[in-house]
Amino acid sequence: MNPKFFASIAVVITGLVLLYGIADFPTFGDPRSPANSGVEGGAPSTSLYYINESYGDTKVPNLVTSVLADYRGYDTMFETVVVFAAGIAIFAILRCVGKDDGAVISAPTKNSIDGDHNRIIVGMTCRLAVPVVQIFALYVVAHGHHSPGGGFQGGVMLGASFILIALAGNLDDALGRFSEKSYMALASLGILIYAGFGVLPQVLGKNFLDYGVLQKILLTDGPEMARSHSMLGVEIGVAITVMSIMFAIFANLSSRGTLKGGL
Amino acid sequence: MVEFFLNTVKPHFNFWVYVILMMIGLWSLIAKNNLIKKMMGLAIFQSAIILFYVSIGVKDGATIPVLEHYGDYAEKAVSAGPDVSATESSPAPAASNPADAFANPVPHVLMLTAIVVGVATLGVALALCEMIFKEFDTLEEDELLRKIKALHDDA
Repeated sequence: MNPKFFASIAVVITGLVLLYGIADFPTFGDPRSPANSGVEGGAPSTSLYYINESYGDTKVPNLVTSVLADYRGYDTMFETVVVFAAGIAIFAILRCVGKDDGAVISAPTKNSIDGDHNRIIVGMTCRLAVPVVQIFALYVVAHGHHSPGGGFQGGVMLGASFILIALAGNLDDALGRFSEKSYMALASLGILIYAGFGVLPQVLGKNFLDYGVLQKILLTDGPEMARSHSMLGVEIGVAITVMSIMFAIFANLSSRGTLKGGL
Repeated sequence: MVEFFLNTVKPHFNFWVYVILMMIGLWSLIAKNNLIKKMMGLAIFQSAIILFYVSIGVKDGATIPVLEHYGDYAEKAVSAGPDVSATESSPAPAASNPADAFANPVPHVLMLTAIVVGVATLGVALALCEMIFKEFDTLEEDELLRKIKALHDDA
């Protein structure tokens, strides 16, 4: 019997069980659902606390940012560490340091975005687009408190701008602007910034990642503004790590770990 | 049939879509032979979970969870103090709960990090596939098993 037949049976049974389960779910967009308002007669949902109180706690209008970087600071820190660990894992799996064992990649040295006339349109478009992308990415990081955005999104956009250089020209071109040494150092630096914002309150006698006490260092009026500014610092750390790791993943995957030529 | 759609499918239309999307991903995880196609299945599966979570946080007529987009709500909520969460005072509050103006931020936070980590882990999976291809010249599962078996028989 075809194994795909058994696969279909297993998948259909799983699907039917799930469909049976969702019959009891609240309808789409119901503001009184347990996730949005809590169960009747029980405790109210955590999200209500965030919506009603987080502006008073942190002075950050974007609830997603305040929950991400303050209330769930541990979670976000270790998510960033996971991204960093993924980058290190790809480095360990692919990067062949000091030997050229059969990774057959023709090195197109002629098509950098500076030289070759055949790629002048691509090169010029890339030259015009990259600064705009990077400035917008910095805006997304810095303005994450007041509009949708934050460290993860801005970091991915910054990484994408370097990937765009690598796609339009070649990998050597992008690595000339953002070398392996610097992206590995920056990836660690981002984690260090985040962990530093965690350790600093400990030095001042509070808990890990309890930013409120940082008003003594940041000289803000009140612990709320100290939380707000610390969140910005933390988001910058996240953005640096995510940017570096996104480009590291692309550089290693597209050149099979040789970091030469590529595509 | 029409009754079934109107009474059973329509109120939970979003969940039906996600379950079907999840079934597609799960099927390709089990039945497909090529490792890249399995990873595509994993990505589809992940999208279904992410959409599921985000749809839980949706409220009818609510805006994005950024307080500045709703006039002076932020100041009002702060001045009103903790009592503004109406669920504490009455179990089934009226529709005028001010928190209903904003989508639930918690699923957004959870999925924001999940998406980035998903990209990173997909990168690790691609790196592993690249090494497998370098070693065995194939990504088809049955051929891989045959070649690994041949290696063991030789040894």
